[in-house]
Amino acid sequence: MKIENLKVHFPIKRPLIQNILSHEKLVVHAVDGVSLTVRPREILGIVGESGSGKTTLGRTVLRLLEPTSGRIELHGRDITHLGESELRPLRRQMQIIFQDPHASLNPAMTIGRAIGHPLEIHDLVENKEEAHDRVLQVMREVGLTPEEQLYSKYPEDLSGGQRQRAAIARAMILRPELIVADEPVAMLDMSIRAKVLELMMQLKQRHGLTYIFITHDLATAKLVCNRLAIMYLGRIVELGDAGEVYADPKHPYTRALLQAIPEPDPSKRKKKDLPQGEVPDAVHPPAGCRFHPRCPVALRTCGWEGQDFLDYIDRRSLDPVLEARERLSVGREEDWKAEGLQASRKMVKGNEAGLVESVTHVMSEAPMPMSQALSKVSVVGETVQVEFQPPADLQPKKIDDRVVECLLY
Amino acid sequence: METLLKTDGLSVHYLTRRGYVHALDGINLEIGKGETVGIVGETGCGKSTLAKTILGVHPPKTRVEGKVIFHKTDLTKLDEDSFRRIRGKEIALIFQDPMTRMNPLMRIQDHFVEVIQAHDNVPAAEARRRAEEALTSMRVPESRIRHYPHEFSGGMRQRIMIAMALVLHPSLLIADEPTTSLDVITEAQILQILEDLKESYGMTLILITHNLGIVANVCDRIAVLYAGKLVELGTVSEVFARPLHPYTQGLLASIIHLDSKGLHSIEGSPPDLLVPPAGCRFHPRCPFAQPVCQESIPPLREFTPGHLAACHFGEKFL
Repeated sequence: MKIENLKVHFPIKRPLIQNILSHEKLVVHAVDGVSLTVRPREILGIVGESGSGKTTLGRTVLRLLEPTSGRIELHGRDITHLGESELRPLRRQMQIIFQDPHASLNPAMTIGRAIGHPLEIHDLVENKEEAHDRVLQVMREVGLTPEEQLYSKYPEDLSGGQRQRAAIARAMILRPELIVADEPVAMLDMSIRAKVLELMMQLKQRHGLTYIFITHDLATAKLVCNRLAIMYLGRIVELGDAGEVYADPKHPYTRALLQAIPEPDPSKRKKKDLPQGEVPDAVHPPAGCRFHPRCPVALRTCGWEGQDFLDYIDRRSLDPVLEARERLSVGREEDWKAEGLQASRKMVKGNEAGLVESVTHVMSEAPMPMSQALSKVSVVGETVQVEFQPPADLQPKKIDDRVVECLLY
Repeated sequence: METLLKTDGLSVHYLTRRGYVHALDGINLEIGKGETVGIVGETGCGKSTLAKTILGVHPPKTRVEGKVIFHKTDLTKLDEDSFRRIRGKEIALIFQDPMTRMNPLMRIQDHFVEVIQAHDNVPAAEARRRAEEALTSMRVPESRIRHYPHEFSGGMRQRIMIAMALVLHPSLLIADEPTTSLDVITEAQILQILEDLKESYGMTLILITHNLGIVANVCDRIAVLYAGKLVELGTVSEVFARPLHPYTQGLLASIIHLDSKGLHSIEGSPPDLLVPPAGCRFHPRCPFAQPVCQESIPPLREFTPGHLAACHFGEKFL
């Protein structure tokens, strides 16, 4: 499979009145320009936090979601805009396993019927007996035994591990080539995760499967995947061989992720140097590199903008001394408005000069790259504006056998 | 160390349509002041039941035997009114998913005011001032106090939850899977906060989790529950270096971490607690099980000072 510059944007539904009042079109940039090649018989890990777009990416490449732009090729054939009737035969080759088998199995359908259902949908069997036999065969293969007995059970009678095996069996019964596994073990107890992962490995060996393995867990991904794509806010920030990404992470975000995983060894306790804050919302992703507001090694050119100024004064307000002093001089976060590279605040006439001075002072105490990125603080009409320099152009770069999207390289 | 909480032969039986489920069976656990104890085990091993029993919240017709001694009071004997004075004020709880524990129609400040005024007779303005202080200490800007729960990110919400739990200065904090619904980086941030609380306030913390990596990083001692039984108890460094119960060994081996070389799991799944297995409850899944394990229940024995395990063959693993 080949994916080129794929974008998936979701419009935000708003009340009509808000649409009339504001012409700004709000969209969630779930996947925002992803290019990838999925090689035959590999396990490609898509790793990211919630909101990174990994699930959206997984569903879109199977055409379960409509791409906004870009191109998806399967065996050289463009499937980006195929209609449902043309997609139907392809769906047999591409299957998906969801995170929560409790939600993905119909509670009113027996396990046997659920697993055999795809055969009916695709009209692949002559009669009921044949369907029955094929279901039992695949149940044996995924370790759902005694299969005759479990056939007529309902999902609620099964353990979490067994349910996930049933979901895998349902995907496998069509003999697909590509399976998107979306957090297949995240809901399971640690003690049984290994069994399900082992099963997936066996099936891959036996049937030459290709997996897109979506997970937030870098440790699991490192163990089972051949290659890793690290996603952050709709972009792939690093892509490379799983072992190498782990041994020598290039992108600061990859390093942060690796560092955050708790090590199960009490003798190795240490204070972690964590990135501050959380993943920003994907409606207004940060300019430049999307990780720049949280990046410990950010540069002047990484994309500093008006919103960063707002976040900065918000963080300062956590200090009671600074808060008391600056609430009146600089103002609170909600007094300011961010728009692109600028942040601005409306002022009562005559007070502008004082504000310019306070802001300049506060900016001089900002973290290095941010204060360096400041272009000017000025009075424009009745507002005071803080303006940053435009970011440098950021493109994915090939370094050794890796693709990294970071200005450090 | 001074004991803050002590369970003595604590057993809990839930009544279901199929009969009594023996969720906890004879738990003896002492928690010292200022200590952080991690409670671990698979789903359905009794971790959350233990937390609920300490807080005195269970479904109707639950049978509780044994004692929960907190500050010289047996909590299992308290009526609902007296319990209400302790719950939240003396013992606070933080949950896995803060969103489901907040009222979506109430501003953050109203949540705080409600909690504070339920226990302390103070005017709303004073309650709000305390709330602002608690929020700032959790690094939530106080200006957000008028916002609604949905306007916060997951990590921010969990920090608000912690601030709310701490606003009445409880002596015991129970955290039930506090980071399970969070991302790794946010999880690490929240754990750092819990750790700081330990250091700066000497907070006593019971941390219920299925993630042993978290226990290794945050806890002083670890208690392993299996099928309603306490099967191993000891300091984190002892238990991780030398697990004496095969169940603990299985749990530790099945952690997938960055240095894992292969995949390990525990065969089978936890038993149905309507009819727990005879003898050692773990014997059907135990790779070392002997005939004696099917017949007699192994008592919790002390193998080295402070390191206890309930296994007939614990010596083998010393």
